[in-house]
Amino acid sequence: MNYSIEAENLNLWYGDFQALIDVNVKIPHGQITSLIGPSGCGKSTLLRCFNRVNERYGNVTTKGKIEVLGKNIYDADVSLPELRKAVGMVFQRPNPLPISVYENVLFGLRIHSPMRSMTRTESDQIVEESLTSVFLWQDLKDRLKTRATSLQLEQQQKLCIARLLPLKPKIILMDEPCSALDAKGTRAVEELMEVLAGTYTFIIVTHNMAQARRVSKECIFMFLGELIEHRETQVLFTDPKHEKTSDYVQMRYG
Amino acid sequence: MFTETPIDRRKRLTENVMRIFLLVVTTVMIIPLLLIIGYLLYKAIPILSFEFLFSNPRDNMRAGGIWAPFLGTIYLVVVSLLVSAPIGVFAAVYLNEYARENWFTRITNLAVVNLAGVPSIVHALFGVGAFVLFAGLGESILAASLTLAIMTLPVIIASTTEALKAVPMAFREACWNLGATRWQTIRRIVIPNSISGILTGVILQVSRAAGETAPIMFTGAVFYKAIAEGNLFAYNITEQCMALSLHLFTISTQVPDVTEGTPHGTAIVLVGSVLLVNAAAIVLRVYLRTRKKW
Repeated sequence: MNYSIEAENLNLWYGDFQALIDVNVKIPHGQITSLIGPSGCGKSTLLRCFNRVNERYGNVTTKGKIEVLGKNIYDADVSLPELRKAVGMVFQRPNPLPISVYENVLFGLRIHSPMRSMTRTESDQIVEESLTSVFLWQDLKDRLKTRATSLQLEQQQKLCIARLLPLKPKIILMDEPCSALDAKGTRAVEELMEVLAGTYTFIIVTHNMAQARRVSKECIFMFLGELIEHRETQVLFTDPKHEKTSDYVQMRYG
Repeated sequence: MFTETPIDRRKRLTENVMRIFLLVVTTVMIIPLLLIIGYLLYKAIPILSFEFLFSNPRDNMRAGGIWAPFLGTIYLVVVSLLVSAPIGVFAAVYLNEYARENWFTRITNLAVVNLAGVPSIVHALFGVGAFVLFAGLGESILAASLTLAIMTLPVIIASTTEALKAVPMAFREACWNLGATRWQTIRRIVIPNSISGILTGVILQVSRAAGETAPIMFTGAVFYKAIAEGNLFAYNITEQCMALSLHLFTISTQVPDVTEGTPHGTAIVLVGSVLLVNAAAIVLRVYLRTRKKW
């Protein structure tokens, strides 16, 4: 088995509060893994460790080891911009930048390449490819100059995924990517994930257990900062080993 | 059904009384402003002319125009903002975008708040000690402008911080997760989306810098100095200058037999220029706001 991410004895504190306790996890390559658990259990925190963006949020201490694609991301020679190119993130609330659709797609490339190093034809092609992969090209090809913040939420969220693709990421982290969307938008994003899953490794945090069952192959249950159970999704839902897991998946709390 | 109970009646009366009371208070507030401007204009109209604006005071400041103090005020305001605006904006960017919450930032923020509350005469004494004497600038436009800069700095830091805080955190997160450095995030997203607020904050300090008398009195403003009329480069920033606020004080209280209307004209030019600059700030803000939407 090939792993995209392997975390060993991962501990994390926000100030004095320990948000992750001895987390050990192996995320398989090229498929969708879901992270479930009650609010405040550390799902989002764990997700934000994988591209080390947690460190931007103030007083955070991390101990342990995380290997992404076989490389320990806490090694001194790891460049954070390079890590974040390979490990993209999609948020709960779609957060396109307040610039045009076109520039949103190219934003990542622009900040990682010297000024004016892209020709117009190259950038046009990249925008078309990226928007086509998320099924937005037909909708938006005549509106590339519109401000991305004025799109519908579903389009915004797809654009946020499209925006990662020019950087050729290997892993895409999704933090409740559908909770701001309606049923149609949710289904569209889920279908998109399924199409892209072979090419990219997805990790999705969700409060929607039906969604976890629908899209993910493996499922991780977390509780109060600890990783309780990590199994194949169908097994985790039908035959949970742990009492806390079965309570949660049967919605006795959460 | 649905008839008014005694309690409903009392609530309705209170509601009406409060509405009228608040309206009256609001109206009373703007009456003094209208009276001041109206009275000044009434007194100043006979004397206001290009001649008044572009000629120096004459006859021991009893007659003539206000060119020297007018240009002096422009110099003081421009030089002080050239110093305080960049320092204030960059400091605010550091405090808001880079600094972690720790003892250093807490002390800095405390200093900013307290500095904003220091009376201007204290800034004046600081200016005398620090710029005129210690730095050896002497009494000069430079020393006076630096004193004004120190005075406006904390407010610029505070207003810039407000403008930066108004940019949603989600935009920063989006940039960081694409691998942008803090500076790239600031330059490409945060500043373009807060520039209208930042500029408004800076421009509002024009009125403070133009209006203050105390900080410049001992550091660079003089009672009288004749300069080339109509020449925008008539002052040298290492020399002293006249200023509208000080000039107004002088001709109102220190000089006997001033031509009727001269002080009012001086005041109207001071108030008018400040209003003009503030209006420009509002126009600029409206323009920049139409370009930003989220």
